[in-house]
Amino acid sequence: MTAPTATAAPLLALTDVRVTLGDNPILAGIDVEVRAGELLGLVGPNGAGKTTLLRAATGVVALDAGRVALRGRPLDGFSRIEVARSVAVVQQLPEAPSTMRVDELVLLGRNPYLRLLGRESQHDYEQAADAMRRAGCEAFADRTLATLSGGERRRAFIARALAQEPDLLLLDEPTANLDPEAQSAIFETLRELTAQGVGVLVVVHDLTLAGAYCDRIALLDAGRVVAAGPPSEVLTAETVNRVYGRRVTVMQHPTSGAPVIVPAVLEEAHD
Amino acid sequence: MRDARAARSHHTPRGDEGFFVGRSFMTTTQSARPIDAVAGMRRTYIGLSPISIGWLVLIAAAAVALTQGAATIPASTTFAILLNRLPLVDIDVAASPAWERIVIDVRLPRVLIAGAVGAALSFSGAAYQGVFRNPLADPFLLGVAAGAGLGASIAIILPLETGAYGFGWVPVFAFAGALVAVAIAYLVSQVGRSVSNTTLILAGVAVSAVCGSATSFILITGGELARPILSFLFGSFNSASWERLALAAPYLIVGSLVVGAYGRVLNVLQLDEEQASQLGVDVPRVKLIVLVGASLVAATAVATAGVIGFVGLIVPHVVRMLFGGDHRQMLPLAALLGAAFLIAADVLSRTVLAPQDIPVGIVTAAAGAPFFLYLLRTRRVDGLR
Repeated sequence: MTAPTATAAPLLALTDVRVTLGDNPILAGIDVEVRAGELLGLVGPNGAGKTTLLRAATGVVALDAGRVALRGRPLDGFSRIEVARSVAVVQQLPEAPSTMRVDELVLLGRNPYLRLLGRESQHDYEQAADAMRRAGCEAFADRTLATLSGGERRRAFIARALAQEPDLLLLDEPTANLDPEAQSAIFETLRELTAQGVGVLVVVHDLTLAGAYCDRIALLDAGRVVAAGPPSEVLTAETVNRVYGRRVTVMQHPTSGAPVIVPAVLEEAHD
Repeated sequence: MRDARAARSHHTPRGDEGFFVGRSFMTTTQSARPIDAVAGMRRTYIGLSPISIGWLVLIAAAAVALTQGAATIPASTTFAILLNRLPLVDIDVAASPAWERIVIDVRLPRVLIAGAVGAALSFSGAAYQGVFRNPLADPFLLGVAAGAGLGASIAIILPLETGAYGFGWVPVFAFAGALVAVAIAYLVSQVGRSVSNTTLILAGVAVSAVCGSATSFILITGGELARPILSFLFGSFNSASWERLALAAPYLIVGSLVVGAYGRVLNVLQLDEEQASQLGVDVPRVKLIVLVGASLVAATAVATAGVIGFVGLIVPHVVRMLFGGDHRQMLPLAALLGAAFLIAADVLSRTVLAPQDIPVGIVTAAAGAPFFLYLLRTRRVDGLR
């Protein structure tokens, strides 16, 4: 992988993106960039617009204003297939038949490279196998989705996304409902992907996790980016309490010094 | 970096059957390669590919059906009459011209039409289930049956000249009624380019209800004409002829070729629509094309032989349970086994109470449902969801 240069256009750039669903402004002027090899964490309270931002980035929701660009070119200048070959998405709760096997699911990720009447070639099988290796799911490649744990299921869908050979990977809460060990394991996999040059944008609720693994963090509130930058600059007690309220406490990790954000147990709760 | 816990908590043996691979009553062993979904597609059963098994079952059903009928003709004579029609075949057989006519102009078109209708219903049912990702979908979901029933009823009560291609207006009106019903359901549900599955299914139910009530009204007020209407609603092959087959064939062929081309894309659609779209599938376009093609096929079947239930719902499920869910294989297999099933059901409907015919729809339900219940008890049926 070539090292990203400062002058190269970012993989993904959202400029003043505005989205209104019904009468509700969901995104009220968003500027976000993801560069090659970067892990960008998108955090913010429920309803801040994180998922809508992901959907806007792939053209699933229409913009009211603003621009989305891939490698400096406007998104609407790409065909659906072209987008699918460079941007892959792992939704929060993706559906698939429960009797589908992991390798079958991953092979569907090759769709952007297949013609209508085409069959998967040896190359497609190799790419799918490689995707499973990178996502850490070769060990259960021949199991059906019904038999997987929550963490294994996430890995299966990450592998399906990697089979698209994306240079940009968007994930919506890939660690939701996972135990702490599985959460860390997923983020370690994401770090391995960024080391291979993939740009990763991940929506995450756990601020501590975001702070520990992400290169940069964008904090969303009410459809705006209210803070963006390295975790130590964004996840300050002042900023976090301003956005999340007083029921959140920011501490320092005893050894790494990274921000640790925990739900505060307010004294009045014990009155 | 892997879920250590998962490895402990699952004692499922490696090598689950999978979605595209199907259940095994077969002998191949799982390969240890990381990707062996392809092995599933190429899996053989006692040395035969699933498609050749489908053809064998179909040929066997057709062979039995051709030897059954009101006239007693020896089986060997029947096959000799048929084979003599092939080029370069000349078997010396003592067959009267009457026997020849029975085999060539009565039994053969009836078997071919039963097969074509069974294939059409099963194939379109498989396509509908694939688009809707709903195991309850059948070819009549969007109003094909109810629209055809109303169209047929109108044709029967109207004082029309008996013209129209030599066999009356009923199939023409039924075909038009089926397509109009589906078109209304689709257009009502359409928002911009896209159509929500739930809205579409509900619109289909509503359109079916309107057509059904109109048909019931015609039935009740129709007096003497109620009987032919009921006979259409139950479905039968009594009017089978070469002309009918020739009229239906182009629609069946075009519709199934169009749908068949989307087999692999239907596999991608088994993920949710947002995933399919992010994998490069133009979901609204694919849905429209497959639904139009499948509805054309189903409408042709209903116009040809009336409303025959159950085939389009059950046969695709049986195929999926036995041979897996890859639509590239599942759609043609559903057609082959649907044809075989309906040919066999027609034989039963002609012979059980001979010389009286039982409506074939009664046979399909009575014979197919217990087998399906058995499969439900013994195999996983959630291949779709």
